[in-house]
Amino acid sequence: MGERLLTIKDLYIEGRSDETWTPIIKGVDLTLDKGEVLGLIGESGAGKSTLGLAAMGFCRDGVRISGGSVDFDGIDLLNASAATKRGLLGKRIAYVAQSAAASFNPAHKIIEQHVEAPVQHHVMGRAESIQDGIELYRRLRLPNPEQIGFRYPHQVSGGQLQRAMTAMAMSCRPDLIIFDEPTTALDVTTQIEVLAAIRDIVAQFDTAAIYITHDLAVVAQMADRIKVLLKGDEVEEADTRTMLSSPQQDYTRSLWAVRSFERPMKPAVATGAQPVVSVRGVTASYGKVAVLHDVSFDIHAGRTVAVVGESGSGKSTTARCITGLLPPIEGEILFDGVPLPANYRKRSKDQLRQAQMIYQMADTALNPRVTIGQIIARPLQFYGGLSGSALRKRLDELLDQIELDPKIYRDRLPSELSGGQKQRIGIARALAAEPKFIICDEVTSALDQLVAEGILRLLARLQDDLGLSYMFITHDLATVKAIADEVVVMKDGRVVEQGEKNEMFAPPHHAYTDLLLSSVPQMDPDWLDQLLAQRGVDNIGDAAVDKM
Amino acid sequence: MIAAVWIIGTFVAIGVIGWLFRAAGRAAGNRPFFRDMPFGVAYGYVFGVFALAAGVWLWTLPKAVFFRWAVMGFVGFAVAAWLFRLAGRHIGTARTRKLFRAMPLTAAFGIMIILIYAITAIFAAWIAPHAQQEIFTQANIVPGGDPALGGNPLFPLGTDQIGRDILSRLIYGAQNTVGIAFATTLIAFTVGGSLGFLAATLGGWLDQLLGRLVDVLMAIPSLIFALLLMTIASVWAGGEKWLLTVYMVLIIALIDSTRVFRLARAVGQNIVVMDYIEAAKLRGEGLGYLIFREILPNATAPLLAEFGLRFCFVFLTIASLSFLGVGIQPPLADWGTMVHDLAQFINFAAVAPQVASAPLLAASAIALLTVAVNFVVDWMLHRSSGLKE
Repeated sequence: MGERLLTIKDLYIEGRSDETWTPIIKGVDLTLDKGEVLGLIGESGAGKSTLGLAAMGFCRDGVRISGGSVDFDGIDLLNASAATKRGLLGKRIAYVAQSAAASFNPAHKIIEQHVEAPVQHHVMGRAESIQDGIELYRRLRLPNPEQIGFRYPHQVSGGQLQRAMTAMAMSCRPDLIIFDEPTTALDVTTQIEVLAAIRDIVAQFDTAAIYITHDLAVVAQMADRIKVLLKGDEVEEADTRTMLSSPQQDYTRSLWAVRSFERPMKPAVATGAQPVVSVRGVTASYGKVAVLHDVSFDIHAGRTVAVVGESGSGKSTTARCITGLLPPIEGEILFDGVPLPANYRKRSKDQLRQAQMIYQMADTALNPRVTIGQIIARPLQFYGGLSGSALRKRLDELLDQIELDPKIYRDRLPSELSGGQKQRIGIARALAAEPKFIICDEVTSALDQLVAEGILRLLARLQDDLGLSYMFITHDLATVKAIADEVVVMKDGRVVEQGEKNEMFAPPHHAYTDLLLSSVPQMDPDWLDQLLAQRGVDNIGDAAVDKM
Repeated sequence: MIAAVWIIGTFVAIGVIGWLFRAAGRAAGNRPFFRDMPFGVAYGYVFGVFALAAGVWLWTLPKAVFFRWAVMGFVGFAVAAWLFRLAGRHIGTARTRKLFRAMPLTAAFGIMIILIYAITAIFAAWIAPHAQQEIFTQANIVPGGDPALGGNPLFPLGTDQIGRDILSRLIYGAQNTVGIAFATTLIAFTVGGSLGFLAATLGGWLDQLLGRLVDVLMAIPSLIFALLLMTIASVWAGGEKWLLTVYMVLIIALIDSTRVFRLARAVGQNIVVMDYIEAAKLRGEGLGYLIFREILPNATAPLLAEFGLRFCFVFLTIASLSFLGVGIQPPLADWGTMVHDLAQFINFAAVAPQVASAPLLAASAIALLTVAVNFVVDWMLHRSSGLKE
């Protein structure tokens, strides 16, 4: 450390929208020494990725750098010729994107894409580069390092692909790597493996890195220093331990505080009480592939049951069985003690009304060509038969309930709303049917932490006001801690463990629950080290092999 | 052989000059413009200069009459489109003014031409100086209206072999050809679109049945299939010429609806998997609501674009059928038939360009509309894809 590698001074970046240029980055300074890892954090739209790309002297289409300078090891990147930059990118500066699956070319084998940069830049020959790739795969603890490179990108899992991409960035031994949210799309258990692998390899080769993320706990493990961005401006910068223990600015403190939301426990359910929804021994399959095996749990009035598990564990499939989109092969769904027809087409209008759903991606859950008013009004007309001023009044009430001003939002299209606001509209549409039971399918996982917290608080308040029951599907244990009364843990289509939240978060756990719980990143910079020491590095490698 | 050497030599020369051009630019100051210029771009600049010079040279040749006409037409239309867009930016509601401000010149040209065609078609009876079937004593008057070259100021675009006024027939042709093409496309879209969305929404055996049926219809070359069906239809129609026209509309609509079906089904399938469709299904909504209120509004952009293209194809099919003699029947004026009737005059292109232009008038009326519609479609596609971001 010590030698200066990258200096960004007073950088201004503008983006083009509706014929005018609006500022994205407003005069940010950034310095990075050799071998140092800088964490960039902020909400979406804070300009993290734009700043990360600018560190490579690059900006996306429709974006321009309007002022400032970027100096990489004595080279002025903003005024360098195309030929100079071609010589640098990939060789001395590399980039790891958020979605490895979208960044690999699906038509070529992984190793073919790996050797491209070293061969192009005359760093290594082809054969040598392949050998080196295999060595890197081994160091990144990929299972089967000799063979994995000779597969196509779709033949390996998301976490493995992300590591293969890190290996690719490492192929020329660059001085600087930009990681743009490399673990955001991964499950907690997979995230650990990728985090540990990235951190080790960056340390081994003394590579400097800019690590972009919105997850504080992740950045706490990775970075030496943290810089917080808000709407293109720097909020504050300090080294990791100082930043975590004593943040100076209000905004930073609010980010830190998000994880503290936790609603009080409700009294236990009276024995013998009739559950609102009862899932009894449900087994289901897609074609011949069985995805659910004998799943049973109850959801009582006014309570929240969180269904937790990795992707592919059958959480969403259970929801599809309850809504009737996927009729189960065996078992049944009881609603207020009455069995529901397996197929939603056979259910009565009132049965459909009683169970509503809120989706993960608000973008695809709202028809983009219909106004907010019409979206929420439709269930009111359809179920309640409301029209005219009564409809208008109820619509405004609902918008008030989700804390959006009816006058402003009634006539807008979904594209004119932010992600959190769209999710609120989804909630209002579900409420409009006046249901007893709502399925929330990963409703906060696509949102920034501050926004997600707002949604969780809203859902909690609505439950208290209206006595709703929730089935809350999530893979994020912090969310579970915040909102759940009971927890159902699923793995490979089976319920592994279920019970009251307090019991679940207190030992002893089922082995899988324990793995899930311990994999949630903590706001402690030493957490990853301690965890790895506890589990033993080899154990992680084995876990990766198990996932194959 | 000599020509080939010349052509290859010219391309090589352009390459050498392009390389020198870039090298000179780099030597003089090395601005980023020259510094980061790929060889292909340098080649393009020099090529452009060569093409411009060749154009000027061609213009001065006395024999290149059609080239001069084409250039004059191109410049004339460009100026007209520019003025049209300028007018659109200052006249009309705030919304249309905003639309015109963001409009490329090509789209303005397309809209202008379509408007002119629409007005001509609607008011043909008032605009045309003569009736479409009226026969005058003088046949084969040369277009241009210059008596020295065999023209007649009374018939500015001349008359055909049996003495009908070509200008009037062109104007009525807009009504017949364009009107019928529009009606045909509309029917094709109603049928193909509805069935396509239905197949996408319901899936299962209905999807299979409709899909295979469409495959069978699409397997037969469309023009030959249309000709075959028209032969059958002409027997059914007996002597009734209007009935034959109705059959033609239905036959072309049927053949083209298969293409619309494919598109609507593909677009519909992408929309059907969206969560908002699932939400509507779980609400218990009926099929009609799903198709017309949830799917259709999200499919309008690709469907409108396809409408523009399909309109051109239908239009050309009608013109081809008329050219072959089974389409729109005389005495109704039709552009396809007009090209067919006057086709032999094209042989005089080398000696008497005025005479040869007679069949080209109807042909360029077809070409102009096709180009205009495609420009507008391109623009709409661009706009709809921009909205998605």
